[in-house]
Amino acid sequence: MTEALVQINNVVKNYTRGKQTVEVLHGITLGIPKGDFVALMGPSGSGKTTLLNLIGGLDQPTKGEIVVDGKRIDRLSSGDLSRWRANNVGFVFQFYNLLPVLTAERNVELPLLLTKMGSAERLKRANIALEIVGLKDRARHKPKELSGGQEQRVAIARALVSDPSLLVCDEPTGDLDRKTADEILTLLQRLNREYGKTIVMVTHDPKAAEYAKHIVNLDKGTLLADSVAA
Amino acid sequence: MGYFRFVWASLWRKKTRAILTLLSLICAFLLFGLLQALSVFFTAGADFVGASRLIVQSRVSFTTSLPMRLLPEIAAIPGVKDVSHDQWFGGVYGENRQMFTFASDPVRLRRVYPEWVMTDAEWSAFEQTRTGAIVGRVVADQYGFKVGDKLPLKSNIFPQKNGSMAWEFDIVGIFDGKDASWQAQTQTVYINHAYFDEANQFGSMAGVFAVELDDVNKANEVAQAIDARFLNSPNETKTQSEKDFNKGFFAQIGDIGLIVSLILTAVFFTILILTGNTMAQAVRERIPELAVLKTLGFRDGQVTGLVLAESLLLCVTGGLIGMGLAAFMISGLAQAAPGFFGAVRANGTVWMQALLAIIVLALAVGLPPALKAGRIRIVDALAGR
Repeated sequence: MTEALVQINNVVKNYTRGKQTVEVLHGITLGIPKGDFVALMGPSGSGKTTLLNLIGGLDQPTKGEIVVDGKRIDRLSSGDLSRWRANNVGFVFQFYNLLPVLTAERNVELPLLLTKMGSAERLKRANIALEIVGLKDRARHKPKELSGGQEQRVAIARALVSDPSLLVCDEPTGDLDRKTADEILTLLQRLNREYGKTIVMVTHDPKAAEYAKHIVNLDKGTLLADSVAA
Repeated sequence: MGYFRFVWASLWRKKTRAILTLLSLICAFLLFGLLQALSVFFTAGADFVGASRLIVQSRVSFTTSLPMRLLPEIAAIPGVKDVSHDQWFGGVYGENRQMFTFASDPVRLRRVYPEWVMTDAEWSAFEQTRTGAIVGRVVADQYGFKVGDKLPLKSNIFPQKNGSMAWEFDIVGIFDGKDASWQAQTQTVYINHAYFDEANQFGSMAGVFAVELDDVNKANEVAQAIDARFLNSPNETKTQSEKDFNKGFFAQIGDIGLIVSLILTAVFFTILILTGNTMAQAVRERIPELAVLKTLGFRDGQVTGLVLAESLLLCVTGGLIGMGLAAFMISGLAQAAPGFFGAVRANGTVWMQALLAIIVLALAVGLPPALKAGRIRIVDALAGR
């Protein structure tokens, strides 16, 4: 049996909105092996993004435990969780979320500011990451000078630059046309296959999910059957 | 890219807004530098004055002259070493250029004010020339006066016996100060009192008497003795130290410190609201970006620190440029009008006050949005909640 990089046990997540408390995830248990590429699918409100946020350490469960690479992250303090995220997870968002005032190179360099690396080393690594996503020649361009697909590549380079074992992607192709989406998904697939990155991707798009090795379906906060992608 | 470049880049996210905010800060600190320099000059400007002299003036006001017959009576009071006298002449030179002119006895002036430095020949010429005048170095440099020049002055107080307000003097000396503080004060002109006394319509009088003491520790006793001597007479006196007299002179213009404080309070209150609003707006617009920073691993305190650093950088940049311009303008004013602005300086005290104002302003405008930024919940911010 392949070792699980992410192990989620009986996780419950409640949200309080005003006076109302809503249970969004109802006792989820899921294992994601190291080197896997998982697509989390389900209708709106099914809890996909909530589950992704918990896996990425952006939020904490109400109940249950989450172990990533042998470390329980559901018990970490806010500061420890920030440090853990910086060292272990790369994030890719639907709307790229690049900082508009920085060039592509500087956006990619940003996570490395949290390390003790010198300026030259940071820049070198940022350029390697940009090279991997095929955007080295656009390093000095600001986000508004790039296309959507290029912006998402920069975001992927930023997610990669600190060499995390886990990439979490929230609808990474949701804002892109089919052709560009395929290019981005191919890139993610390459990162999974060639660089061994474990990827968890939320998507609505069945075609996008086909790039994953496994598809996990959620509905109303409950896990449905896990299926192997075509 | 270090943190500095990152913060600097964030500052210029909206260029027009950043420039306008920076300009308002520059204006505020320019005003701060100019007004504080004036305030420091007015409130501490008399510090250099020696404590060994008393000034005797009319109890009514120093604009009310005293009769010259008081001089021997003051000189006879125990503890008084010497006495000189000055009468404000109110000289206007050329096209309405005010010249600080006093009628004084050359011999007594030299004895009581050893801080004025001039050659023996020039002092002697001043004593012996009835129409003689000596001119301070600052005034001489400003107008290019030299010994031998004629000095036509119009008095706005004293007519000559023939009714003319126009007087003419012969410059017989240019005096300096004994040190930098006194050199900065060489903005005055002295004319020979004997000539003034004889030629003016109003008779023999002195605006103030300057009293040199035998023992500076007995200044209070001597001052009380002088005032007691003339109590209930037609010429009651008010005697005080030279430093207090100078402060009182400046206080006539108004409480400069209070005026400056009120103006600056209004300016900084406006700047506080303006810059505070700008910072709050800048943070509100960037909540998703700040959430991304947190996602990448920046801790709450680091995000707070980044926003605070932005506020500090904005205030420091605006403040230093404003203060630099103030220093430049003060130096320009000092060159253009040494008589009025020669001794005004944006000195260490003013710069320290400015730095304190910068830090307080940066904290006041930066801390609320910075704390808000630190408290952002990633999940809510990314979801646009």
